Amino acid sequence: MAETKRPNSPAASYDGPPDYRVIGRHGVFPQTSHDEIERINFLAQMNRHLAARVVPGVKAAYDARVAPAFAAAHGRPIATRHEARKAMLEDPAFCTWSALRRMTMEQRQQAGRWTVIRQREDLNARGKALIEGDDRLVLNPALEIPRYVSAVDHHCMPGSYHREYAPDDFTNGANYDHAGFVTTGGLLGKYSDGGGHAVVQWVKKNLPDFAPKKILEFGGTVGHSSLPLAQAFPDAELTIVDLGAPVLRYGLARAKSLGINNVRFVQASAEDLTGIFEDGSFDWVQTTMFLHELSTRALRNIFAESHRLLRPGGIVLHVEQPQYAPDMPLFEQAMRDWDAFYNNEPFWSRMHEMDLDAEMERAGFDRAKIIHGGVYGVVDREIFPDAAEDNTEDYGRKAAWHVIGAVA
Amino acid sequence: MSFNDALNEAGAKPAGKRPYFLEPQVERVLAITMSLAQELAVAHQRADTLERLLKAKGVLVEGEIDAFAPDASASAERQMWNQEYIARILRIIQQENEAAALSDDVASGEMADDMVRDAD
Repeated sequence: MAETKRPNSPAASYDGPPDYRVIGRHGVFPQTSHDEIERINFLAQMNRHLAARVVPGVKAAYDARVAPAFAAAHGRPIATRHEARKAMLEDPAFCTWSALRRMTMEQRQQAGRWTVIRQREDLNARGKALIEGDDRLVLNPALEIPRYVSAVDHHCMPGSYHREYAPDDFTNGANYDHAGFVTTGGLLGKYSDGGGHAVVQWVKKNLPDFAPKKILEFGGTVGHSSLPLAQAFPDAELTIVDLGAPVLRYGLARAKSLGINNVRFVQASAEDLTGIFEDGSFDWVQTTMFLHELSTRALRNIFAESHRLLRPGGIVLHVEQPQYAPDMPLFEQAMRDWDAFYNNEPFWSRMHEMDLDAEMERAGFDRAKIIHGGVYGVVDREIFPDAAEDNTEDYGRKAAWHVIGAVA
Repeated sequence: MSFNDALNEAGAKPAGKRPYFLEPQVERVLAITMSLAQELAVAHQRADTLERLLKAKGVLVEGEIDAFAPDASASAERQMWNQEYIARILRIIQQENEAAALSDDVASGEMADDMVRDAD
């Protein structure tokens, strides 16, 4: 039970991210000093402040200045999200918010990387001790990193998911894991796994008879959203495929340290898994917040691979931020597009306008068997904020997602 | 060595050109300012942690900090710290004000040119 909160006490009126110290730790989690924790707390509060107290001013400026000025200059209203974004680039409210949001992301990367790099040797030794000789990690040093990952580092994370700075390196996995709290503000819970628990809850409710034995997750990185699947189906074997060796190493060490052992980590491109996995060899293929980091061609290849790998009656589910439907206001679309242009998520914009139903059909799925749904992050609500009840809109980052999938 | 690696790599530029939303000079100064704001928050929280630990150990009593009244000597030291601190931060304004009052100030490069001409 939470302690009783006195009226007018700070605890009663507090609305925002929890203190970072509630985060769940494990055997390969980096050590964090007092000041390193407070750096993360500050940055999580910066994101909260920008979303709750600065964005409303950007919206007001759009309504009062940007849209009328565009209409006056062009003799017609703003017609596309790209016009809306470009028009806002002429307005100080959007530019100031954008500069601060970009800086907060850069500060987050620097803060997280400082913590990890200063203890790199110790962290790598701890990780190695956890996974050495374990055949549940299969790396492929010859794997070519595709341009949609190598050309710009996603969410301004230097070296992305794949760069290694030392032999058997865990650095970029540890940075990605321990400081992601800055962006999520606790909305993904103690182990950043609220997305995975949401998927499990959705599956158990909507597919109550589904009893998978072989589960495959594409782009699972360190396993944040994946491990809840392995926990929910302890008789199943979960395989996580990703391009990045540091996140996969870290993922196996993290899973073992958390006592989750029915998982395997394989370094490969999900675009082509022939020679690694046979046709029809999985009951369930999952991606969570992954599609937006691909390219058009890669998304099509990955949809086709998911179709090839599923047994008849198997399920594919993709969890993503909502698509740009015609009824979504252009202001919201432009704000959601921010990450595509200013936070190194280049495919975000194109992906969110694609007709995913048509892409599923193109990959071989039957249009009549396509699945649509919606989920919120599932967290321990005694400690963490609940995305379903949070009215703050931090465009593109809220733990409220759409599900698109299909039965093979 | 990890410390030098951290100095070099923690603040590394991610792949991909950086967008600028404001005048680059302004955005640079704002970025530095936001990092300082972050470090001020860290220092504040550290002082708060110290206070809470001292209270928990019975060294400090609730309300003691708010009730604290420095004696004359301590007060002078503290106020002088404030004055010195502000003067350091606002150095450039002091120097611009001094410059505005001068009519015969010269740039070092101009002096260098003068010195070349001196030899003629």
